Amino acid sequence: MKYCGDRLVRGLLLASLVTLGACATAPQTGEEKTALKAGDPSLQHWLLPDTPPYPEDNKPTAERVALGKQLFFDPRLSRHGNMSCASCHSPMFGWSDGLPTARGHNGMLLGRASPTVINTAYNSIQMWDGRKKDLEDQAIGPMEASVEMNSDFDRMFAFLSTNKGYRDAFEKAYPDEGVSKETIAKAIASYERTIISNDSPFDRWVKGDEKAMSEQQVRGFKIFIDPAKGNCAICHSAPNFTDDGFHNLGLASSAGEDADPGRFAHKPIRILKGAFKTPTLRDVALTAPYFHDGSAETLMDVVEHYAIGGVVKENLSPNIRKLNLTRSDKEDLVAFMEALTTEHEPVALPVLPLE
Amino acid sequence: MNHTKTILSTVAAVFLFSGLAGAAEYEVTQKNKTFSVKELTIKVGDTVKFTNEDDFFHNVFSLSDLKTFDLGSYPKGEFKSVTFDKAGEVEVECAIHPSMLMTINIK
Repeated sequence: MKYCGDRLVRGLLLASLVTLGACATAPQTGEEKTALKAGDPSLQHWLLPDTPPYPEDNKPTAERVALGKQLFFDPRLSRHGNMSCASCHSPMFGWSDGLPTARGHNGMLLGRASPTVINTAYNSIQMWDGRKKDLEDQAIGPMEASVEMNSDFDRMFAFLSTNKGYRDAFEKAYPDEGVSKETIAKAIASYERTIISNDSPFDRWVKGDEKAMSEQQVRGFKIFIDPAKGNCAICHSAPNFTDDGFHNLGLASSAGEDADPGRFAHKPIRILKGAFKTPTLRDVALTAPYFHDGSAETLMDVVEHYAIGGVVKENLSPNIRKLNLTRSDKEDLVAFMEALTTEHEPVALPVLPLE
Repeated sequence: MNHTKTILSTVAAVFLFSGLAGAAEYEVTQKNKTFSVKELTIKVGDTVKFTNEDDFFHNVFSLSDLKTFDLGSYPKGEFKSVTFDKAGEVEVECAIHPSMLMTINIK
């Protein structure tokens, strides 16, 4: 994987410098203290690299992104011609669907919430249960799943190969590679790598704009990173607010024999029973409802769940415990999470080739 | 002599002591969500001690055919050990953080 992370490097260099002048500090995990001062060097590890990593054989180009965008929004890739990637990952709902759990083929109710596409480009592992390693691996999955897009691949390949618009687009994007699951997945992954949130009020505050976040949001950040208070950053860690790890949060749905096993279905290790991947919190205010089962309607509901240390204690992540948070602390945390939203340009829908 | 070679080839793995019949103990640490070495070569009968040096919990497990174990999860400063009693290759992972991987070659 390549990393175009000049800013990250600058940030790391800055972070190695000694902070001069007095400012408030917050206890946090790790040996270094974070200074709660806009632009402070100790904050720079929270900035994402401008460009996410990509595989050697799928360097993003304008042609690949454009093709991927058409495929992402094209319902004709599904068996009944009525579901696209965007059906469950819509920019209108923070690249999710606004539902507690997804609806699939023939409106079937599925067991898990549609995860946002935002910043999945930075993930080292994909899906709630981690069964896909990267975006190329993931992109074709919903088409193959009988309960999701349930695609007829023979018909899809015939359509994409004979449709002049798509045929030309594939040839420009992936010359001599043809139409295949691999090139479809590579194109969609290239488009998904453009769905990025890295210019939120929090990011601007980290870069030095002291007015970018309110005093309440700065207090919320302090609680967020303090192991003795919110302890949130232990899993929602820098820079993408995820550790790419798996945790059982003690949700009510994790009780009982029929509970979703989560990561355990792929790695049968006890601690992984009922464990799911830590989602990013970037743009989180846009992606309600929350948790893999969609059981939390609001960010305050999420905070309240962690504050009581989870509902089901069996196999609970050792990182979760009852928190000592006041009502004001909780409101500060929610205010901070609302500072993680990037103001995006409206998404222009692609014109899909008819012939 | 073999121990010396092993130590030189796996800089961050710590050789702790020699016990009876030449059995040795090595230490592999978990820090910044990585194992201190990607590969470790040991002898049959040697023990590897896995120490968590991060501020959060780690797990250590292997589902390799040669040796299957789950040491559970433990916090900073704690460790658990495994003795490897057959020759071959064992892949070791952290269940919580799947990017943490290492291989132990048992000679």
